[in-house]
This record gives sequence, structure tokens and C-alpha cells, in this order.
Amino acid sequence: MDYVHLRRQAASLRKGLFDQGYLDEQFYQLEDLQDDASPNFVEEVVTLFFRDSARLMANIDQALDKCVKDFNKLDVYMQQLKGSCTSIGASRMKTECTAFRECCRDENIEGCMRSFQKIKREHSVLRQKLESYFQLLRQAGPVECATRPNK
Amino acid sequence: MASYTGSKSTGREGSSQELHVLAVDDSLVDRKVITSLLRKSKYRVTAVDSGKRALELLDTEPNVNMIITDYSMPEMTGYELLKKVKESSELCQIPVVIMSSENVPTRINRCLEEGAEDFLLKPVQLSDVSRLCNRVLR
Repeated sequence: MDYVHLRRQAASLRKGLFDQGYLDEQFYQLEDLQDDASPNFVEEVVTLFFRDSARLMANIDQALDKCVKDFNKLDVYMQQLKGSCTSIGASRMKTECTAFRECCRDENIEGCMRSFQKIKREHSVLRQKLESYFQLLRQAGPVECATRPNK
Repeated sequence: MASYTGSKSTGREGSSQELHVLAVDDSLVDRKVITSLLRKSKYRVTAVDSGKRALELLDTEPNVNMIITDYSMPEMTGYELLKKVKESSELCQIPVVIMSSENVPTRINRCLEEGAEDFLLKPVQLSDVSRLCNRVLR
């Protein structure tokens, strides 16, 4: 298997995530926290994020389905989602979360719904791209395999 | 919700004593990140998901050197946890640091006036933790 090629693909995918604004510098922070003691830290955090964000988004869906809209509750859920987005550097999602919260403040339900659809799309795209990225990394293996230092 | 516990101390080595930080955050993602930040700074970490669990742990675990808590949590906010800690004769000496994703000056002032050592804006950086722990846990 061409590990160099896989690694290059992973690097290109990663660069694209930053260039296209899906991720911001907070993602670098997660990468800095990854070490020998936690070799899969970034993937673990991202996995947790997608699990947790799916739960929050299901709560928001339910709240939006109700006849009587509770904008305070919607705002609380969205604040939690935005917080998680911030923690992993999910920049586009974070921007849409902010827009949603502004609609909550204005009690603009149509705005909330439009914004939420955008959040769902961004969530789906980001998940797809990051899953591909981590899959490539797994296939490429650890860097030490390819560059054994001379002793 | 189950607690997420970071690395535990394997025991005291030589003359250095591993300091124990209690991290409180209802967000699973943030608990993992703050735990890693603190472990990277060589602290023993216990992470819990609520103020209630934090108080339960403080009841049974005497050796907590610092509490770092999120502000916005359901049922008991970080501010309410701070107040309870500062009102307790057993716990009031433990430094408490508040984290929040929102930069609200009145919130920050209220926490500092109540005795918080510091107020960190999320996302918390490694440099924030290093600076904070050097100052608070010196």
C-alpha cells in the first residue's frame, strides 16, 4: 500500500477543511493535545462531538416541532451545540449556530428553521469529510512506520 | 450521566506531589478537552458532569487542589457551585476557576466578586491552563 500517497491525501483533505472554513485554529489545539499517551485523541473528541451534536440536534428538532415554540429552550440547546462546535473548531457550524440564536432572540421561527436546516447540512458535510480524513489516517498508519530514524 | 475520569495518580514520586484538579462541565466534549489540557500540564484530573456531582465528590475526596467549572450548566450553574464552595468552611480554601463560552462582563464580575480565582473564556487554551495553574497552585 502506498502510505506516502495516503498521507498526502489525508494532508490535502485536512488543508481543504481549513481553507474552505469548515475548521478553524481550535482544531490545531486538539492536534497539539494528541500524544503517545492519547494517540487517537483528535478522532475520539470528534467522535464524541458528532454523537453529542446529533443528540442536541434531535432535541432542537423536537422543540421546533412543537406548536408552541419555546425560544428560550431553543436558545439553550443551541448554546450547547455552539459550545461544542467551538471546542472542536467547527467554524461553519458555529457561524450558523450564532445565526440561529439571533433568530431566537428575534422570535423569528422561520429564520430559526432556515438556519437549522443549514446547521444540519454543515453537520452532515463536516462529518463526511472528517470521517474520510480519519479513515485515510488509519490506512496511512503512524508516521514512524514510514520514516524510521537512523540510530 | 457517568463521570469521565482522567488519568489518576499512580502515587507520589520523590518529593513532588501531583496536584488534583476537579473539572466540572456538562458537555462531554468539553470535559474531554479540559481533562486533556490539565493532564498535559501534569495534573491529576477528575471530571464530573454537574455541580451536584462535584459537591458529592468534594464530600468524599479531601484532596482537591483546584476546581475548574463551566458557568452554564443545567440545575446548578458554575456560579452557584462557586457560591456553595465559598460558603463551606471545609471547601472555601479551594480555588475555583470559572469557564464560559460567553463574554458577559456582569457575569465575569459577579464570579470574581464571589471569590473565583479567574474566569476563562472558552475555548480554553493550554497556555490559559499553564498560566492559571502556575499562579493558583503555586
